[in-house]
Amino acid sequence: MKILVCISHVPDTTSKINFKENDTKFDNNGVQFVINPYDEFALTRAMWFKEKQGATITAVTVGNTSTEPTLRKALAIGADDAIRVNTEAIDGLQVAKELAEVVKNGSYNLVLAGKESIDYNGGMVPGMLAALVDYNFVNACIGLEIEGEKATISREIDGGKEILSANLPLVIAGQKGLVEEKDLRIPNMRGIMMARKKPLSILEPISTKTATTTASFEKPATKSACKIVSTENIGELVDLLHNEAKVI
Amino acid sequence: MSVLILAETLEGKFKKSTFEATSYGKKVAELLGTTTVVLAINATNPSELYTYGAEKVLNVSNENLKTFNAKVYANIIQQAVEKENAQIVIIDASANGLYVAPMVAVNINAGYASNVVAIPSSTTPFVVKRKAFSSKGFNNTEINTDVKVIGLSKNSFGIIENEVAGTTEDFSPSVIETTIVSEKIEQTTGTVTIADADIVVSGGRGLKGPENWGMVEELAQILGAATACSKPVSDLGWRPHSEHVGQTGKPVASNLYIAIGISGAIQHLAGINSSKVKVVINTDAEAPFFKAADYGIVGDAFEVVPKLIEKLKEFKTNNI
Ligand SMILES: Cc1cc2nc3c(=O)[nH]c(=O)nc-3n(C[C@H](O)[C@H](O)[C@H](O)COP(=O)(O)OP(=O)(O)OC[C@H]3O[C@@H](n4cnc5c(N)ncnc54)[C@H](O)[C@@H]3O)c2cc1C
Repeated sequence: MKILVCISHVPDTTSKINFKENDTKFDNNGVQFVINPYDEFALTRAMWFKEKQGATITAVTVGNTSTEPTLRKALAIGADDAIRVNTEAIDGLQVAKELAEVVKNGSYNLVLAGKESIDYNGGMVPGMLAALVDYNFVNACIGLEIEGEKATISREIDGGKEILSANLPLVIAGQKGLVEEKDLRIPNMRGIMMARKKPLSILEPISTKTATTTASFEKPATKSACKIVSTENIGELVDLLHNEAKVI
Repeated sequence: MSVLILAETLEGKFKKSTFEATSYGKKVAELLGTTTVVLAINATNPSELYTYGAEKVLNVSNENLKTFNAKVYANIIQQAVEKENAQIVIIDASANGLYVAPMVAVNINAGYASNVVAIPSSTTPFVVKRKAFSSKGFNNTEINTDVKVIGLSKNSFGIIENEVAGTTEDFSPSVIETTIVSEKIEQTTGTVTIADADIVVSGGRGLKGPENWGMVEELAQILGAATACSKPVSDLGWRPHSEHVGQTGKPVASNLYIAIGISGAIQHLAGINSSKVKVVINTDAEAPFFKAADYGIVGDAFEVVPKLIEKLKEFKTNNI
């Protein structure tokens, strides 16, 4: 099985979010970048297929040179090789089109991604990619088993879960449950050393066309101070929620 | 030209998010000087949507479409877009909506903006405001394609009654074959889901252990709320993963969010910030949650929550 794991290079979850150039660009000054948390679940599941079923793993990202440390981290965790498509994409469709090209040329039969990236929260790249290459697709995946060409997949639905079966090739957009939090791996010294020698190829983009652009960014409005209710007078909270906030 | 809205049903009944999407769609149609069409698949009562501004309901009744299949649905939406010459497609943020929307966008060559929280600020160019950076920011997104897909964030526009003289038209799209099949659906019934809830009651590590969730559930039950939890609580196995909310869990956009024994870490707040009113109950007055909350009680949850339950019970009896 040839697995492609899509890695998004995103600000660490503790990052303060600021904008620059008149609120038209994300300010990455002082921001630490990491593998998108949802993609870590995907990569970890891919490692299981590698170790138990002999799969090979290619990690791919669409981004400029600054994303390479993140790709190297995926290699250190255990991907066999990596691809960077050399462009700073403007929207999800552009990313999906570049990934579709990689999928077609590499004839991967399983593509594992996270269900969204925590920067732009688009939640669109995996589904668009699947539609572009005409692979089966499951979103919000919380379980994946593969026997030969047959996959059994669970996905989260509102208030429950659904079990699906599908043939490969397949695109999966994963989240926690695909593997557990405790299964996530931190690269060890040996992995980091080996990662330096693993192939990382750089491809040029096929297109620069986008369907959407960012006109501007905004920060959420600052909120007023918290009203403290005394433990001696909890009825006041009920009163405030009913009469002031009007939510009960 | 038209604005097409995808309706979501559960056992034939429209979900609340469909009323919101229809209300929103009606507003967008007015801005564009066009009309609304709702695509309803196996809905029991299509005319219910007239109340929210559905001028036409495309009513599909087909046994083979009983269970949602994203690939099949994406294709049917495409057929509806072509038939109605739709310019805008509006899809809610339900699990099925999020699943199908990007596939639809590719099928119909549309630009797609997800997590949209407001009506377009301009129609030429077409600009919508969407949540980004896990609600730590907003992105005003310009969609440049002729046909556009909008993913509407939950509880962002509201359900607005706008009665119109609607019509229902039977629609029999062709159903494509797929090699992806639904084998089983496990639906928990009787509980409110985080996605649908107006009120969410959430517990953190301050509650010490899973055996202490009885009072959280009781509080939720009185309020008709869904229960949720912080990430460590689900990682420790105290509560199911489906209850994990925050930046790497489910987003919460309820009217009221009550956090009990949750410190208010940046990753937690990121996911629940779009809730309209936030209440925190925490022993530590310095807990960061107090900076994000509207109302707070500095106190021990094991004393405060039972008292709050009591007061709410009194409130309920007096308000019926
Ligand atoms: C990559 C990454 C992603 C993350 N994503 C998420 C996410 O999506 N969601 C999330 O929630 N977290 C997330 N986290 C974890 C986050 O950083 C915090 O660790 C977590 O939110 C803390 O959970 P907590 O508030 O339940 O526990 P704690 O931080 O341990 O807080 C417990 C609180 O309970 C209070 N308390 C103790 N006893 C009582 C009592 N008797 N009565 C009342 N209050 C009491 C304490 O004062 C304290 O404030 C993420 C972390 C990382 C690194």
